[in-house]
Formats: sequence, C-alpha cells, structure tokens
Amino acid sequence: MKLAIVKYNAGNIQSVIYALNRLGIEPILTDDVDELRSADKVLFPGQGEASNAMNYLRNKGLDKVIKDLKQPVFGICIGQQLLCEHSEENNTDCLGIIPAKVKKFPPLDKVPQIGWNTITDLKSPLFKGIDEGSYVYFVHSYYVEANPFQIGTTNYILPYACALQKDNFYAVQFHPEKSSEVGEQILRNFIEL
Amino acid sequence: MLTKRIIPCLDVKDGKTVKGVNFLNLRDAGDPVELGALYSQQGADELVFLDITATLEKRKTLVELVKRVAQNINIPFTIGGGIGSIEDVSACLNAGADKVSVNSSAIKNPALIDQLSREFGNQCIVVAIDTRNVEGKNLVHSHGGTKPTTLDTIEWAKEMQERGAGELLLTSMDKDGTKSGFANDLTAYISTHVSLPIIASGGAGTMEHFTDVFTHGKADAALAASIFHFKEIGIPELKQYLSREGIHMRL
Repeated sequence: MKLAIVKYNAGNIQSVIYALNRLGIEPILTDDVDELRSADKVLFPGQGEASNAMNYLRNKGLDKVIKDLKQPVFGICIGQQLLCEHSEENNTDCLGIIPAKVKKFPPLDKVPQIGWNTITDLKSPLFKGIDEGSYVYFVHSYYVEANPFQIGTTNYILPYACALQKDNFYAVQFHPEKSSEVGEQILRNFIEL
Repeated sequence: MLTKRIIPCLDVKDGKTVKGVNFLNLRDAGDPVELGALYSQQGADELVFLDITATLEKRKTLVELVKRVAQNINIPFTIGGGIGSIEDVSACLNAGADKVSVNSSAIKNPALIDQLSREFGNQCIVVAIDTRNVEGKNLVHSHGGTKPTTLDTIEWAKEMQERGAGELLLTSMDKDGTKSGFANDLTAYISTHVSLPIIASGGAGTMEHFTDVFTHGKADAALAASIFHFKEIGIPELKQYLSREGIHMRL
C-alpha cells in the first residue's frame, strides 16, 4: 500500500511517520502532485498556524490538489482545521472541503487544551472497535464548530466536532499518533478503509 | 472532560536514566526508552525526559534520545536539558519530540520564548520554572535551581505566558526531594493568575499529595520522579486512587 503524507510547512510530522512505522507502513512524505494523486491513502497531519499553512499550500498549488483527491484522505490536528471553510486563526480562508468553521476557544478555561479527553457520538468506520468515551490526546487552541459532518464529539469549554467525515475526507482534531492503543487502532482503521 | 495528567520524569545522563532505578522486568533498567515505555504501558499520561549530559555536542545527544523515544513510545513526551536556541528546538521537534522544555535560556534571554512560539506555535513550548522561597519571596532560580535570580516567580510566570509559553512546569525547590507534598499554595496562585496549563513538580511522597495538588493546588498535571522510579507508588494504583477521590483520570 502506498501511503503519502502531504509535505508542507506544518510541524510534527516525524511522530506520525514513526506511528505508521510501528504499524508496518513506510509512508512517503511528499509535495509532488503525481505522488499524492497516485497514493492509495493520503495523510494530512501537522501542527502550526493556519494562515501560514494555507499560504504555503496555495503557493505550491497543493490546495487544488488536495481538494481533488479521490482516495481516503485523513486530516489530523491543523490538517482537520485546514479542510474546513474558514478559521478564526488570523482570519484564514481554508480549503473549504468540509463546510464547517474553526473558532478560537472562548477564554472560560485554560487555552490551549492540552491533555487527554473523551470522544463520544462516534459514527464512522474510522472508529471501528473504538469504545464510546475512549481517551485521546489533544493539543489545540482552535476547534471545529458542531456541524452536519461531525462523526465524533469532545467537550472542552463547549461540545465541538473532534472528528469529521465528508465523502473520502476524514479528519480528527486529536493526535492518534500520540493516543496510545486507541490512537493506533484509529490509524489502523484509516489504513484499512 | 479533560483529565488531570500524571507525568513521570526521567533524568538522563550519557544515555542512561540516573537515580537508582530498579525494575526487575526490564532488560536494561537504565535505558530511558525502555523505562519510558513501561511507564506508558502502566498508564502514564505523558513523559518528561531531562537530559543532564554535559557535552559539547549537546544537540546531537538530545536528538539521539528524542529519536529513540519517538520511535518506540506512543504517548506525548517533552524533552528538556540545555535547550537554548531555535535550532535546538527545531532539531528536537523534527526528530519527533512533542514539546520542548526551556528553563535557564529563557531567563538569560526572555525574548527567546517569543521567537520560539512564533516559529513553532505555543503548544510545544513548555517553560520550566524552578522556584525557591528566599526571605519570604518566591524567586526564580536558574541552572537546575542552584542560582537565585531577582525574578519574582509569579511575575515571571505571567511574563512567560505573555511571551508565548504554552505550558508552565513549576518546580518548588523548597519541596523537591522532601516528599512532604507539592507547593500547593504557590501552584494554585499561579494556576489562577495565568491561563496556561500548570504542571506541578517537587515534593510528591504519597498518593494524598497528588489529590492535594489537583484540588488545593489547582494543577493540571503532576510530575514526579523518584517515587515512581523506586516503585514507592505505582502509576495504576495512583490513578485508581485519584479516580476514587473524584479526580478525573484516564484509566
């Protein structure tokens, strides 16, 4: 199986690569259009700031490439946020693949949310074998508002969409690569889609 | 609901864990990666690796350690120990670290924290603050808590937040090694006056101390070393106990 990871200017890709290695997958990290189009699966992970990431993707023409992908695509963390329409982080227009908005947590508790929280209302093959209320690891200051493409809910300050699916696009806010056995199972589920 | 976190800290020197670790079920009790993996299996929520090796090629030592940890462990971890530049942080993050901990370098050059958070995002920048009470004042100490500065701990915590820290690791040098409980009053004060998650460290001796630091101390996470290394308290028992005490834990 050929699994491509979108190479762009958002950090913390190495731990995703190691997590895939532990599952026996050797991913390729690439921004080459043909490589991305011909992959069986595409992973779109990363941590970083939305406007910088979008500028980079547009300059490289990757915005259009990602939108047109037909195979299963998996956005993680900022990857999830970039698949949405718009982010409040520096008022950024994102890829617009999933009609949902990204907002900043209101300052009613500590921001960023850092740590383990539960995922509930799970509805997607991405969560096959995952119990309702399982714990996964989050690090973020912006969240995706509740929306019709939500396949998982987390509550921090307010209930929000911790996971999304639209057609062949899947996305989670948390870090499966850092979420112990639960995270491994989610990555495995994506690989087996 | 977001859980409170239990974080074992491993001091690493020349690639080995220091402090008398004695785990019979490990092939190499001194191997930080194997010990970290064991803690992870036991339910640790995160790990902190503090590399205290003094070498000229410090960055290389750090990166080697980060790589081995990241390849083998599937929970988040922070690396610290002599991190002083954008290049150090970049090397550690690229090797697979989730967060870096900065201490003395931030005291020497506070603007480093602005640079780091702009460059990498605040979520991966942990500022470690070693504090000691000197004649009634809580003062920040540098160089592993040995050198007093004139910085007031609370003001320093606020400044670090403004400059872009994502989390604070607060170690009470008054409590460290005493096993008499965490510095709950100071931790609570800082936790309510900054909006960042606070990792409390120094003083853990009993399971009740953890209850106290999460309730009175309002800490978001608690870090300890020797009680875990010497198996005085097991992580599964501790988390079960805290859960029964009404503290939200990942079990």
